[in-house]
Amino acid sequence: MIELRGIKKNFGDKQVLRGIDAVFLPGKMNMIIGSSGSGKTVLMKCIVGLLTPDEGEVLYNGKDFTKLKYTEKRKLRQELGMLFQYSALFDSISVEDNVAFPLRLFTDTPEEKILERVNFCLAKVNLEKVNKLLPDEISGGMKKRVGIARAISLNPKYLFCDEPNSGLDPITSTVIDKLIKEITVDFGTTTIINTHDLNSVLEHGENIIFLHKGLKEWQGNAAEIRDTNNESLNEFIYASEMMREARGRNFK
Amino acid sequence: MRIIYNLGAYVLLLRNTFTKPEKARIYWKRFIFEANAIGVESLGIVAIISLFTGGVTTINTAYQIVSALVKPSIIGAIVSDTNILEFSPTITCLVLAGKVGSNIATELGSMRVSEQIDALEVMGVNSAGYLIFPKIIAAVVVIPMLILISMGLSIYGGWFMGKATGIVTSNDFITGARSTFRTYTFIFAMIKSYSFSFIIASVSSYQGYHAGGSSLEVGRASTRAVVYSCVLILFADVILAKLLL
Ligand SMILES: Nc1ncnc2c1ncn2[C@@H]1O[C@H](COP(=O)(O)OP(=O)(O)OP(=O)(O)O)[C@@H](O)[C@H]1O
Ligand SMILES: [Mg+2]
Repeated sequence: MIELRGIKKNFGDKQVLRGIDAVFLPGKMNMIIGSSGSGKTVLMKCIVGLLTPDEGEVLYNGKDFTKLKYTEKRKLRQELGMLFQYSALFDSISVEDNVAFPLRLFTDTPEEKILERVNFCLAKVNLEKVNKLLPDEISGGMKKRVGIARAISLNPKYLFCDEPNSGLDPITSTVIDKLIKEITVDFGTTTIINTHDLNSVLEHGENIIFLHKGLKEWQGNAAEIRDTNNESLNEFIYASEMMREARGRNFK
Repeated sequence: MRIIYNLGAYVLLLRNTFTKPEKARIYWKRFIFEANAIGVESLGIVAIISLFTGGVTTINTAYQIVSALVKPSIIGAIVSDTNILEFSPTITCLVLAGKVGSNIATELGSMRVSEQIDALEVMGVNSAGYLIFPKIIAAVVVIPMLILISMGLSIYGGWFMGKATGIVTSNDFITGARSTFRTYTFIFAMIKSYSFSFIIASVSSYQGYHAGGSSLEVGRASTRAVVYSCVLILFADVILAKLLL
C-alpha cells in the first residue's frame, strides 16, 4: 500500500502540486487522471523519489520514502518497476539486455535462468523474436511493451506506468491494459497508472484520482465516474462529442 | 555564485561516483568497454598529432638556433624534452578533451534527456557510480598510455624530420635526446597526464550528467564539457609546473 499525505511541489513560483492526499491499494488498478500538464508525471516522480516533494510524505507500507537511508531506499526500489512515458529504454543495449538489466545487476541468477526469465517477461507482453534488436529498431508500441517487460522482470511489488497507452493504436492499447491488469491481479502488485485514455479508465479503473489545478479534485471508481456531478471531471470526461453521445445511450 | 554552485555539485557528483559501488563484475565489463571507446578509438588521432608536432618542433628549433656555436645535437635535446614535458601531455589532452570529452557529455546528456538516468535511479542503481566511475577509471588508465605513445611518436617525428630535411643527423639527434633525458621530467609528465585525464573524464561527465531537458541542452553541455576541460587543463598545467618544477 502506498499513501500520500499533503504532497506539494513547485517549480520556481509555478505551483504544480498543491497538497495531494491519496491511498493506492495492492492488487488494484489505481489510476491518476487529469489533463495534459496537470502534474501526473510530476506526482508519479515524487512517489518513486525521482523528485523530492517540497512538502508532504510518501508512505510505502507506513514508511516515509523521503526519510529512508540510502541502502533502505535501494532495497525498496528493487521492489519497484516503472514504465516511463517515453519508455526510457537503454538505447545502447539490446532488448534482451534491457530486460535482463535489473536481473544481472541485483541477482546472482545464472545466465541461462536470466534468459529464461527474460523470455518469460517478453512473452508476457506478446513480444517474440526481438531479443537481439536495439531499442531504435523497434516501434514505439513495442518499446512500451519492452518497458513493461523490464519493469516486471524483478517481480515488483509496486508497478508504475506513466501513460502506458499514449501513442498506441486502440488494439495494442487494450492489449497493454489487459496485460497490466493481469500482472496486477496475478501478483497482487500495487499498480499506479497515469493516463488520459478514457477507455482504460472506464474499463479498468478501480481507484481513480482526478488531478485538477494541483489538487485531488475527485476520487472514485469507474462506475462512479460515469455519474459524477463534479463539473471539472465531467468536462474532462465528456470533452468529446462521442463520449457525450455514449453517455446519452448507455450511462443514463 | 554560479561557480560555487557548480563546484559544489561537481564535488557531490564525484562523491556519489566513488561511493556506493555496484557489483565488481558489472564494473569490469563497463571498464573494458570505456577503455576501448576512450583509448583504442583515439589512437589514430593521437598518432597523427604526435608525429606532426614532433616534426614541427625540429624545424622550429632549428630555425630559432641559427648559430655555429651551438652543437646540432642540442636540437635533439630540445625536441625530446619539450615533447615529453609539454607537448605530448598537453596537446594530446587538449585534443582528447575535444574528442573524448564531447563524447562523454553527449552520451550522458542524451541519457539524461531520454530519462535513462531516471530509469537507472528508479531501479535502485547508483547511476553516477554505474555510468561515471568506469569512465573516469578508464580515462585515467588509458589516456596516460596514449600519452606515452605520443611521447615516443613525437620524438620519432622530430628525428625523422631532422633526417629527412637534413637539419640534424640521426646520430646528433639521438645523442642530444639521450643527454637530456631525466627521470624526473618523465615522472612529472606522467603526473600531468593523470591529472589531465581525470579532468577530462570528470568535468565532461559532470556536464553531461547534469544536462538540462532538451536536445539543444545536450549540445550545449557537450560544448561546455570541451571548453571547461580545456581551460582547466591549461590551468592545471601552470599550477603543476609551478609546484613541481
Ligand atoms: N523539471 C521541471 N521544471 C519546471 N517545470 C516542470 C518540470 N517538470 C514539470 N514541470 C511543469 O509541471 C507541470 C506538470 O507537468 P507533468 O509532466 O506532470 O504533466 P502531465 O500531467 O504528466 O502531462 P502529460 O499528460 O502531458 O504527460 C507542467 O506545467 C510542467 O510545465
Ligand atoms: Mg506526463
